Amino acid sequence: MFRFFIRRVALTLPTFVALMFVTFVAVRLVPGDPIEARTGERGIAPERLAMLRHELGLDRPVWQQFLDYANGIVHGDFGVSIVTKTPVLHEFAILFPATLELTLCGLIFAIVLGIPAGVIAAVKRGSFFDHSVMTVALTGYSMPIFWWGLLLIMFMSEYLGLTPVSGRMDLINYYFEPVTGFMLIDSLLSGQEGAFGSAVAHLILPSIVLGTIPLAVIARMTRSSMLEVLGEDYVRTARAKGLSPLRVVGLHALRNALIPVVTVIGLQTGTLLAGAVLTETIFAWPGVGKWLIESIARRDYPALQGGIMLISGIVILVNLIVDLTYVAINPRIRHG
Amino acid sequence: MSLLSIRNLSVTFATGRGPFRAVDKVDLDVATGELVAIVGESGSGKSVAMLAVMGLLPWTATVTADRLSFDGKDLLALSPRERRKIIGRDLAMIFQEPMSSLNPCFTVGFQLREAMAAHLDLDKAARQARAIELLELVGIPEPERRLKAFPHQLSGGMSQRVMIAMALACRPKLIIADEPTTALDVTIQAQILDLLLRLQKDSGVGLVLITHDMGVVAETAQRVCVHYAGQQVEMQPTRGLFRDPHHPYTSALLAALPERASGRILPSIPGVVPGLADRPAGCLFSPRCRFATQTCRTIPPPRAGAELGYALCHTPLVEGHPRGLKKLEVPA
Repeated sequence: MFRFFIRRVALTLPTFVALMFVTFVAVRLVPGDPIEARTGERGIAPERLAMLRHELGLDRPVWQQFLDYANGIVHGDFGVSIVTKTPVLHEFAILFPATLELTLCGLIFAIVLGIPAGVIAAVKRGSFFDHSVMTVALTGYSMPIFWWGLLLIMFMSEYLGLTPVSGRMDLINYYFEPVTGFMLIDSLLSGQEGAFGSAVAHLILPSIVLGTIPLAVIARMTRSSMLEVLGEDYVRTARAKGLSPLRVVGLHALRNALIPVVTVIGLQTGTLLAGAVLTETIFAWPGVGKWLIESIARRDYPALQGGIMLISGIVILVNLIVDLTYVAINPRIRHG
Repeated sequence: MSLLSIRNLSVTFATGRGPFRAVDKVDLDVATGELVAIVGESGSGKSVAMLAVMGLLPWTATVTADRLSFDGKDLLALSPRERRKIIGRDLAMIFQEPMSSLNPCFTVGFQLREAMAAHLDLDKAARQARAIELLELVGIPEPERRLKAFPHQLSGGMSQRVMIAMALACRPKLIIADEPTTALDVTIQAQILDLLLRLQKDSGVGLVLITHDMGVVAETAQRVCVHYAGQQVEMQPTRGLFRDPHHPYTSALLAALPERASGRILPSIPGVVPGLADRPAGCLFSPRCRFATQTCRTIPPPRAGAELGYALCHTPLVEGHPRGLKKLEVPA
């Protein structure tokens, strides 16, 4: 188990190195640089441009810039944002709880609906329920996130007036200092009546929008995995014991069927964090995604490089956790 | 009165190419403590018939029977919930593939105790004690440690011992063993069979042994049913069947036994079991039968009486010769 862990962690190192290189190059492939992006249409005197570039170290050879950047990351220094002049790590730490809160809620929405839907569709294969669930899943998977988000806002917020359009909190009625950065927790800690409800209401639509694709993937994966497992001999053995269908399906079959589903959930977490970029933009959600989008517009190299590295690091970490969960639910790996 | 009583049991599967009748009008009676063997080639419907008794067939199967009663209860009339009270308690089954029949995600102990938890009024400690007792009964050393093992840590023979222990857990009245030794190493086969027979004798449980090993049948069973292509072609007490088989298929099966072969070449039955597409109009065995006549090929055979082993044949054999058949009609 320990050796498995060490080996698995060692495998992430080359990924990080490649990631560092790719982000660095990709960011510089975008035309324009931070200075030009800030001056905009007004233009700037060539001497002044050269001076500002020199200040930021942009006039040095690219390979030297890369080495500096790599050296910084190895020492835990993700650089300072060109625009806000605050350390990237610090900005990230402030914004990330919002993204994490949204991602977790989206994921919970996807899992809580997706696994039971997949299981029921598999058990009642070929039924109306099965066909409906799979059609809806395919539709959800194929729908562009931004369009789905706008549709929901139009219907739920504009037409029915049930949910807020954007943001994380009703700032007109409630205000409190962030403690954990998670609005659900902070609103409870603040003790202000109604604040928690407002936090939940703000989370509903973004969670649905963000969770739709994972929901579709999880439901379809659960269904196919379940179909396979239901034909296994040990499921027949469980039925031969006279156990209730709920126990046969929900315990004997599901436990085995979940193994590939957990992998998919892990992979989807990566997609979710990336997908949060769009969802956060639609709902004006002050998280990492929105910050990254703005950083692209400003050509804020350190913020982009650092932000992408941090997000990727978290995705890699999540996949590591998934692999370890895998071991926990599948005894064959544990003892292998 | 017999423990298990089956009359005219048929099972039809809905397939992509239309309905397929896997079991065709099968009868069976098993008395308490009796050992009945069902023999036949692969695909002869022996397993499917018994899975129908257990109620374990997939949803594509349609089961019909004039009678399907166990321990005085009509299995077809019971609600699924009532039927589950019998399955696993009074009626247990042992499967062909022990390695894949145990759930890889749960320990042996968990799987052994759960049937008891479902059917017996035992507390946790009593279930654990019974589980240890069962593993000792089936000859597994260090039962306490084995209970904590996962199935992949067991060998095939060991897994089948666990499956047998599981079947015995609730002290059943009848056990159906579906080729319990086929998937095992030859050296283990005899051990497992001996174990099963010893337990059957000791506990007085009824046993239906599905097999294609005629040698095993000769040594163990009191009565034998021979299945061919979903039909029951003969049923006799073991001794009578081996001495004087009445159906040509039974006769050919016995002739193919290595210990009965006289020449250097082992006799075999030419041809294969008919499939869904090539079922003959008359007797299903007629394409492979030495004694087949025009009648056999066109008209489905009637069932003979008890004195002729309920043979499904136009001209049942007596002492190896077709009865009531003129010499001229025998094909060269």
